Amino acid sequence: MPTKLYNEPSPLETRVLSKRFGLADSHTLDVYLANDGFKAFLKAHEMTPAQIIDEVKASALRGRGGAGFPTGLKWSFVPRTSPKPKYIVINADESEPGTCKDRLLMEYDPYQMIEGILIAGMAMDSHKGYLYIRGEYRYLLDHMDKVIAEAYSRGYLGKNIAGTGFDFDLYTHSGAGAYECGEETALLDSLEGKRGIPRMKPPFPAVAGAWASPTLLNNVETFSSIPVIIRDGGPAFAALGTPKNGGTRLVCISGHVNKPGVYELPLGFPMLKAIYEVAGGIPGGKKLKAVVPGGSSCPILKADECDIPMDYDTLAKIGSMLGSGGMVVLDETTDMVKFALRIMRFYAHESCGWCIPCREGTTWLRKILQRFDDGGGRHDDVALLGELSKNMLGRTFCALGDAAAMPTISIVDKFAADFEKRLAGSAKSQLVVV
Amino acid sequence: MNFSPQLEQRFAKMLESYPEGRKRSAVVPMLIYAQDETGAITEELIAEVAKRCEVAPLQVDEVVGYYSMLHRKPLGKYHVQVCTNISCMLVGGTELYEHAKKKLGIGHKQVTSDGQFSLEEVECMGACSWAPAVEINYDFHHHVTPERLDQLIEAVRKRS
Repeated sequence: MPTKLYNEPSPLETRVLSKRFGLADSHTLDVYLANDGFKAFLKAHEMTPAQIIDEVKASALRGRGGAGFPTGLKWSFVPRTSPKPKYIVINADESEPGTCKDRLLMEYDPYQMIEGILIAGMAMDSHKGYLYIRGEYRYLLDHMDKVIAEAYSRGYLGKNIAGTGFDFDLYTHSGAGAYECGEETALLDSLEGKRGIPRMKPPFPAVAGAWASPTLLNNVETFSSIPVIIRDGGPAFAALGTPKNGGTRLVCISGHVNKPGVYELPLGFPMLKAIYEVAGGIPGGKKLKAVVPGGSSCPILKADECDIPMDYDTLAKIGSMLGSGGMVVLDETTDMVKFALRIMRFYAHESCGWCIPCREGTTWLRKILQRFDDGGGRHDDVALLGELSKNMLGRTFCALGDAAAMPTISIVDKFAADFEKRLAGSAKSQLVVV
Repeated sequence: MNFSPQLEQRFAKMLESYPEGRKRSAVVPMLIYAQDETGAITEELIAEVAKRCEVAPLQVDEVVGYYSMLHRKPLGKYHVQVCTNISCMLVGGTELYEHAKKKLGIGHKQVTSDGQFSLEEVECMGACSWAPAVEINYDFHHHVTPERLDQLIEAVRKRS
């Protein structure tokens, strides 16, 4: 039996996107229609494209894939009147370590996402969408193929959707194992049948994306947030969160907590409350050591930095990011050398090799960390790790180089004592004369 | 090369889903779905995909090396993928992977001599809140302990 991925609703949650999770057959059109489904689509049909985009802007929704870019603004960049076809690409390449939320949105409420895609289609004058799902999620590719077939047979995809005269085709597209393809321009190259290598920007995908046509690219959760915004109004969604950080989001809590899970929390929810109340605290009454706030690429937070509201701006202010919603909790027993090494093994493996600072930088960082973990650490390694990482920052085509550098810089800076301690216990370190 | 009727149907639909003149877009999905049926990506398969997608075989070949799920050599009938990335590592993923190595008697990307199993230490597969996670072929298994992994492997052994 597959695991049920949603939790019993917690009174601490604000279930907006996940409100249908747990209903029997929540993935079917009938259940969706019986629970507010497609009301937003019909409402959007009565609105002008500019009104739709204004409503999204008013919602203060920010991209849920990781970068947190204001969604309404992104929508406004797509030239609606371009004579070229416009495409919608849905990023379901969920691969950021710590992140496991898009699975639920597709498995338990796929029509919510489809309705969001259709509303975007009306706003952009786009009639074709591609759902790029990572290859490892084959069960979701099969699931979405079935859902899409049902939607066609019931007139909710294809020609004259729900009698509105609006046409839209939606297709699934399988990835085949590559973290880099979550980066939007690498994803587009992959969609075009190539290696997933990031593109030079500008031009941005809004102007020249898939097959050199204007393309709107958003994450699964971003599209899933659209129906409620149109149905209840942008300001109502915005009011759930904090200023400029509208709505709720699915927070994936993992690591050292009693009740790991995916919880829907409003933006601005206190981080400590999420750890100790929503996720039930740390097993064995151990102390909190650190938190990865939004996926492995986010700079790590020490325990004493975690008494904050979780919104994009607060995290930016303290030098980190809210990222993709993947919150990883580390207790006092965590070995930070091993943790930093595991992160770097990942980035070195996933670097696409296009930019030298990323390809070489991640590999050297991995080697230094591996040597350190093997007991061959040197006194100047901490400084070397920091310097190498800082030289990668901002010097690559895409954010993967930064994503590898940022956690490393923060770990060696904030947990230098852990590295020193390992050095003291290492026989080889005595041999190195600095 | 011919595939099963179901796959042929899938490919026909797939090639129609992209804009005109953009059949190359089908390269990655076609490779992964075909690999599931043929067991590995051979020169013959590369030539076939190139023909169907109207590109040079080299343009297919260069893609194969990039994606971690595409394999030029056959995997085991059951491909055991153990995640050791951060969320899994914190709750026993590394130990689980070490256990899997011992249990199957093989290492990373190796295949058992009877061809039944292959093993891979994989990167994050999106099961962080239900860690540690294992995927056997395309089936996810969550909260996997060494004992549970043994059961899963034994169950598969019995089946074959």
